[in-house]
Amino acid sequence: MAAHLKKRVYEEFTKVVQQQHEDLSTKKLRLTKPSKSAALHVDLCKATSPADALQYLLQFARKPVEVESVEGVVRILLEHYYKENDASVRLKIASLLGLLSKTAGFSPDCIMDDAINTLQNEKSHQVLAQLLDTLLVIGTKLPENPSVRMRLVEVACKHLTDSSHGVRNKCLQLIGCLGPVEKGVAKEAESQAAKDVQKIIGDHFNDQDPRVRTAAIKAMLQLHERGLKLQQAIYNQACKLLADDYEQVRSAAVQLIWVLSQLYPESIVPIPSSNEEIRLVDDAFGKICHMVSDGSWVVRVQAAKLLGSMQQVSSHFLEQTLDKKLMSDLRRKRTAHERAKELYSSGEFSSGRKWGDDAPKEEIDTGAVNLIESGACGAFVHGLEDEMYEVRIAAVEALCMLAQSSPSFAEKCLDFLVDMFNDEIEEVRLQSIHTMRKISNNITLREDQLDTVLAVLEDSSRDIREALHELLCCTNVSTKEGIHLALVELLKNLTKYPTDRESIWKCLKFLGSRHPTLVLPLVPELLSTHPFFDTPEPDMDDPAYIAVLVLIFNAAKSCPTMPALFSDHTFRHYAYLRDSLSHLVPPLRLPGRKLVSSAVSPSITPHEDPSQQFLHQSLERVYNFQHLDPQGIQELLEFTIRDLQRLGELQSELAGMADFTATYLQCQLLLIKALQEKLWNVAAPLYLKQNALASAAAKQILEETYKMEFMYSGVESRQVVIIHHMRLQAKALQLIVTARTTRGVEPLFGMCEKFLQEVDSFQRCFISELPHMQGSFVDKLLDLMPRLVTSKPSEVVKILQTTLRQSTFLHLPLPEQLHRATANIIEPTGESDNPLRFTSGLVVALDVDATLEHVQDPQGTVKVQVLYPDGQAQLIHPKPADFRNPGPGRHRLITQVYLSHTAWTEPCQIEVRLLLAYSSNRSKASTRSPKSTWSESLEGLPPSENGIEGTIPFSKPVKVYIMPKPARR
Amino acid sequence: MPEIKVTPLGAGQDVGRSCILVSIAGKNVMLDCGMHMGYNDDRRFPDFSYITQNGRLTDFLDCVIISHFHLDHCGALPYFSEMVGYDGPIYMTHPTKAICPILLEDYRKITVDKKGETNFFTSQMIKDCMKKVVAVHLHQTVQVDEELEIKAYYAGHVLGAAMFQIKVGCESVVYTGDYNMTPDRHLGAAWIDKCRPDLLISESTYATTIRDSKRCRERDFLKKVHETVERGGKVLIPVFALGRAQELCILLETFWERMNLKAPIYFSTGLTEKANHYYKLFITWTNQKIRKTFVQRNMFEFKHIKAFDRAFADNPGPMVVFATPGMLHAGQSLQIFRKWAGNEKNMVIMPGYCVQGTVGHKILSGQRKLEMEGRQILEVKMQVEYMSFSAHADAKGIMQLIRQAEPRSVLLVHGEAKKMEFLKQKIEQEF
Repeated sequence: MAAHLKKRVYEEFTKVVQQQHEDLSTKKLRLTKPSKSAALHVDLCKATSPADALQYLLQFARKPVEVESVEGVVRILLEHYYKENDASVRLKIASLLGLLSKTAGFSPDCIMDDAINTLQNEKSHQVLAQLLDTLLVIGTKLPENPSVRMRLVEVACKHLTDSSHGVRNKCLQLIGCLGPVEKGVAKEAESQAAKDVQKIIGDHFNDQDPRVRTAAIKAMLQLHERGLKLQQAIYNQACKLLADDYEQVRSAAVQLIWVLSQLYPESIVPIPSSNEEIRLVDDAFGKICHMVSDGSWVVRVQAAKLLGSMQQVSSHFLEQTLDKKLMSDLRRKRTAHERAKELYSSGEFSSGRKWGDDAPKEEIDTGAVNLIESGACGAFVHGLEDEMYEVRIAAVEALCMLAQSSPSFAEKCLDFLVDMFNDEIEEVRLQSIHTMRKISNNITLREDQLDTVLAVLEDSSRDIREALHELLCCTNVSTKEGIHLALVELLKNLTKYPTDRESIWKCLKFLGSRHPTLVLPLVPELLSTHPFFDTPEPDMDDPAYIAVLVLIFNAAKSCPTMPALFSDHTFRHYAYLRDSLSHLVPPLRLPGRKLVSSAVSPSITPHEDPSQQFLHQSLERVYNFQHLDPQGIQELLEFTIRDLQRLGELQSELAGMADFTATYLQCQLLLIKALQEKLWNVAAPLYLKQNALASAAAKQILEETYKMEFMYSGVESRQVVIIHHMRLQAKALQLIVTARTTRGVEPLFGMCEKFLQEVDSFQRCFISELPHMQGSFVDKLLDLMPRLVTSKPSEVVKILQTTLRQSTFLHLPLPEQLHRATANIIEPTGESDNPLRFTSGLVVALDVDATLEHVQDPQGTVKVQVLYPDGQAQLIHPKPADFRNPGPGRHRLITQVYLSHTAWTEPCQIEVRLLLAYSSNRSKASTRSPKSTWSESLEGLPPSENGIEGTIPFSKPVKVYIMPKPARR
Repeated sequence: MPEIKVTPLGAGQDVGRSCILVSIAGKNVMLDCGMHMGYNDDRRFPDFSYITQNGRLTDFLDCVIISHFHLDHCGALPYFSEMVGYDGPIYMTHPTKAICPILLEDYRKITVDKKGETNFFTSQMIKDCMKKVVAVHLHQTVQVDEELEIKAYYAGHVLGAAMFQIKVGCESVVYTGDYNMTPDRHLGAAWIDKCRPDLLISESTYATTIRDSKRCRERDFLKKVHETVERGGKVLIPVFALGRAQELCILLETFWERMNLKAPIYFSTGLTEKANHYYKLFITWTNQKIRKTFVQRNMFEFKHIKAFDRAFADNPGPMVVFATPGMLHAGQSLQIFRKWAGNEKNMVIMPGYCVQGTVGHKILSGQRKLEMEGRQILEVKMQVEYMSFSAHADAKGIMQLIRQAEPRSVLLVHGEAKKMEFLKQKIEQEF
């Protein structure tokens, strides 16, 4: 029977839908309105049982309803609502009402009265709750109508006495979301009930149901978020809720207390059971600290997080959070931290070898020991030792935030942070290292602390080591022994993990430049120089020696007396390193040596910079000599391109700019060459060669334009126009070449059509830029557009040919900043002669480690390509998690590439390189400046799936020697 | 007014042979049934005649609850059930049920086979006794009869340690057993909900101590081991087979993993292998880190820790060896100690307390020349370190548990009277 019924339902429904479709196709939306609501009406009338009706409603809910028909549908639903006896159907109708009132463009005030009326007679608690939810939706849709809101709040207040927790919950939610925030409105309210929302909500803090208590606190928080100033009076109530039995209540209460402490930090509250008074923020801080040892870890996480944002708390309280009085058999004991400090200050450095080292000292007065303090005692000590790593992380974060605002606290929490470096979970270790880096300006590491920090350098996790290097970059070390220790440990790290080379050098660079005076006394020892004897010259390629030199040279920069200690070979090595590792070795003023160039003296501002000037001058030269004979232009272009490329090599900060322009000029040069008159007038037999040349040029120009558009960061829409224009020219060239080689008109039609479409879209996209493009190819083309559309392909080609040749060459305006995306594969190094052997048919994992610079959205664009000797190429998409972001504009790709192949007889090299994938839909111009016309025109287009249109290789290929062996039988 | 009567048969104001009798609303429950390490006569077991003078044990007791597998909490069980005679249910958690018989058997072997005592329980008795055991899960409410129900909570301390709530009608008692409020490398912290019992019976071993952060100790320990190994020295860590040994193993294993160290770590075989097996099985009873990572790798399947063979002690190069027993008074640990003591590059780390008279105690108190049997003089050149790894709640922990459970009254057991006095004052003052 049921199946039969169901079938009937479907039949009815399909019929209706079909009708709709007919309507849609002919007369569009208007006619669907009656049909939709009418259909529902018919369905509901037909429904014989509540289950049936529920089915219909469910079906109905799946389809969206147009704005115009919402009201009709609502009327019908209400009508049925009154008639309906079954609570579940009424519930569904109520929820549908809420859903419908959310429809954009529909104003729900017309149905509000009805909804309120239904509330009066409703008996079912569930339906009541649902109706209140609907009212909440209606209320939030009408933000500018205070009287409506007032009425809704009154209704909600009436139902607060309901016996069901669900109804009370919803009422409180409604009051929280809609209750009056401004004082003025509240006074106008007729009913007494709605006047003091805070009081009403506050009364429910003691509700018997924990869910209602939670809802009450949440409603209070909601009011606060909407801008109502909460009264201080509720603070005491909130404090009581902290001891609630249910974690959700406690969690919400912690939040409420925090909000109040931010609102009234300076008011004074009494301490119960004594006559003293303290600031509210201190009291709240103590209470939240208390919650760090709560039974529920959710509350603990919340409490620990909130502690971080309570910066107004007085330092006396703050420091107590790190305090935990130790005792053993009632005698005071010093913490390991204190012992370490004492040992350090007393000059001894061996840690206690004796059993009695931590023997308890003085007797403690039993009365003075507070085991569970009302204050903030030891909150962080507990938080950092918590069982759940979520709590530990939250505590570390909070420590970080508090330490940033209080240097004295930073000093104190150092020991604890250092301890966290040995946490069992890597995430926590990493977090604490990062935290330490953030507060490192406020602190100086003691030697024993440094020792512990440096011990972590042996960690096998690369992330940890690199984070630690970053930390060492900005730490303050107090003694020369500390520097020596750090250097020794870093060198140990270098021998154990040679891949950390770059990171360690960078770390030593900063270490040196921050502590020149501490490095000075170490120099003779580090360079192993001897006052009388010449020592052997160290190996220049030894990474450890380079590391030492980096430290010394950077220290020497601000310590003019240091070079006197250098031996001869040190100066030679300096010159070599200054050239080869110029980013690590600073320019030094060395006595009696002209070797050191004062390359960029600081007095020159960027605009006066000679290289900048040179760039602009050469560009101007190119643009000015437009009227030179073709041969002259070509030569000029060639020279300029050469100059620019050299400039890019010399001046790293101008490299992006110079390369960019050189590429553009290269395109222009290619175009000019391809269009040379004499080539086009040759006899038929020579067509072939000339065509090949022209089509190759066109292809190269296309490639170069993609590079220009997608490989540089900082390209503005002004440049994008020029690039697209160049691409258009290349396409025109392609069309011409094809026209000359293919026989028959058929294929040409399609091509012409496509080209004209592209011109059209170019015009649409860059309409605002067109005035700047006088005399250009596209400008002329657009003039001729009406003619082109009507003429035959052969004519089109002819027109194109002449326009292309006559059009002038556009100036490329340069943006402020331009950086070329670069990638450098650090690993594999490509130096290994030992082939990577694996069984054919199985996979071998190759570790790839690369640094990326100035790549935007590397997760989406950077791919790894593997080229096998048989020409087979594989494109590998690294996981988003493989990219790390160590600094602005820099990315690091650490991933594994899986290789596999059939068996080879001999080992052979494969090539690994990085590619930058692009697609014109994801054009940079559209993402960068959403207001430009270019992007507006794109908005109409459907969002393309993340398709890759092409790829640009942007790293040097690295060769890897592999050898797939045949499988042994 | 509910009347709850508590009679400690052992471990009222001292440590050892924990055994507490609770009468609650007409029900009699025995909590723990331990032995005392210090005695070799009748005093080693609780005095059950207190009950038997009025009739049989089974008639009097409704159930017996064992909190964890340490012998001072379960050592008298076979004697109690098989020799004195008890046929009622015995409740314990699954890991306790698994490990308890191993320890009992070991205890029996030492007493009967080595010391040659006669009037002692047999292997068969242990087996028969274990048949009477009903295993319970955490937070599982077990209905002992119509009125009496018990429920276990996690207690930290050792694998499978539990606190028990005993409830009859509206009256309830919570017995903590031994517990630990700070998590360590392999176990989590004790936890209880706000059950508001009428009485909380809490251990108070460290009633007057507030401990330093565990991290410092761990770091010191690791640093010492690491330095010695780097120097090429050998490290000896005498341990008891269960509990701390596993914690230290995990600590060293993860450290070796993190630091990419290659020196071998050995564990003397025997009892431990069996116990390690159970640690692998009862992953749900361990801490967050082990629970979360066991899908990739069970932390107790040690990569770096291998079984020890007598011959390895003479191998050249650095190594770390865990050997039993923990006080260096006999057995393998003492043998290895004698071999290595002469080299100043080596190190011995004592992770726990040593009883007076043992070699462990002597070297800890600074003695450098030891007289061994046969008038030999052993000169100790190796470094001697002391590290305390203990898994009892300290004073703050006890207070924290009291705050969590919110009992109407508290009873302190398993500690020294003087220390309890102090804690009593504190509890009265704070609550």
